[in-house]
Amino acid sequence: MRKNRKLHGVSLVILMASVLLAISFSLQAGDFTQEDLERWDKEFMTVVMKGDKLFHSALGTNKVSCDQCHPNAANTHPETYPKFQQQIGRVVSLFEMVNWCIQNPLEGDPLPADDPKMAALLSYMTYERRGVPLAPGKH
Amino acid sequence: MNMNRRAFLKTTGAGLITSVFPLSLVKIAFGGQGPAQDFSFGYISDAHIQQIQGNNFVRNWDMGLIRAVREANLLTPRPDFFMFGGDLAQLGKKEELDHGLEIMSSLRGKVRYVIGEHDYYLDLGEYWQSKIGPLWYSFDHKGVHFVTLNSILTYDSWVNKKWPSPMDRMLAMARLDNPQGSPFMVGREQLTWLKTDLEKVNRSTPVVVFSHSPIQKIFKPWNFWTEDAERVQGLLKPFEKATVIYGHVHQIEYNQIGNITFHAVMATAWPWPYPESYSQKASCMPKLTVHMNRADPFFERDATGWQFIDMRKGKVSMHYQLPDNKNRSVVFNSKIGKPQDVNYQGYGSRIPPQTHY
Repeated sequence: MRKNRKLHGVSLVILMASVLLAISFSLQAGDFTQEDLERWDKEFMTVVMKGDKLFHSALGTNKVSCDQCHPNAANTHPETYPKFQQQIGRVVSLFEMVNWCIQNPLEGDPLPADDPKMAALLSYMTYERRGVPLAPGKH
Repeated sequence: MNMNRRAFLKTTGAGLITSVFPLSLVKIAFGGQGPAQDFSFGYISDAHIQQIQGNNFVRNWDMGLIRAVREANLLTPRPDFFMFGGDLAQLGKKEELDHGLEIMSSLRGKVRYVIGEHDYYLDLGEYWQSKIGPLWYSFDHKGVHFVTLNSILTYDSWVNKKWPSPMDRMLAMARLDNPQGSPFMVGREQLTWLKTDLEKVNRSTPVVVFSHSPIQKIFKPWNFWTEDAERVQGLLKPFEKATVIYGHVHQIEYNQIGNITFHAVMATAWPWPYPESYSQKASCMPKLTVHMNRADPFFERDATGWQFIDMRKGKVSMHYQLPDNKNRSVVFNSKIGKPQDVNYQGYGSRIPPQTHY
């Protein structure tokens, strides 16, 4: 009886270990599928579309929208950030310039860096600039 | 010295002019050879007066137009007349047009208007016509034949779509990068009128056309474009001297197509990127154009401005008045038959801010 119980215990440990192993194998980075790729792309494009909407709406208090000066997010140059901004006096990331625009021409309140709206705006701006080589620091 | 108020204003005005506008002190004393006499006129465009609510308007755009009017009032000698190049309002509202006209009313001198799409697509020009006048017309001045076109019309099928409201149509056209937009055009009715109007004009008479959209095809996705541009160009072809001056693009832009010289004017509201700054779609920017300096958003009026124009022997010399930036002059060079920037035309004379990417 005792021996049997011991055997049960061992097989339980082996079973648990193999389950854990199976889980860890399925989470390995090299193991994602075509479905994963499609899902991630869809997730990203959903946020790009959300950013497109925000970019074309009044984010501040004066009804002015980003696209009034930046059609298709042109002249926002996400590929050049981070870069030194003379008027701010230091190297800034793009979200800081987005907030500068929200506060000044749009007369609104800045968004936290990790606000989903900020992620959406940056996704849209970067997507409209896809394919352009990175040029950090460029003016 | 006993200085009365008028004398004081005169003196201080002259002081301001010397410091701000060296160009405007150029005495307009031209040869006056041939039928066309030399004269000057001012050009203000694209104010985009935008109502927030009630009497509250976007301060930035108000300030652009107010500044242009104030500066233009200091011009000496006085230009013969002024043109406003369209997009006085942002969303074609009565309040916006009224507020814009109120600011424009302090401009000293005769003002004529070109209609832009932002003035038109709410009520299809109804209020504009009741307050300002016809949407297209011609006039003669000192031997030059001037034509103002309404070049921002579009296909009837788009105008008459089942829009939830006229404001939805206005908003759709107001969005420059709208993929569901519709191309600008002059249209058959106006082309017929233009043909008849120009038939009466001697081929050696200089002709200047004012339009809101470029009467050339530069970039369709942002309507830097007129669908029937070639038809208008065709009607201008027989003339020895033809010039088109247009708004809409909010940037320095000039070109020469055959006998026709093209000049864009600046906006008083905000600048627009050059189409090549949008990396996803090809554009046809005139190679002749030396770009304006890239806008520095930290200076609110940078890359905005207004224009002072000399008509010399029937050709245009465009003097861009650019706050927070060096003024520019683009002048017709009769030796090569093209407009040229006075300071920056050669590749070696361009400066880093003129490289847009």
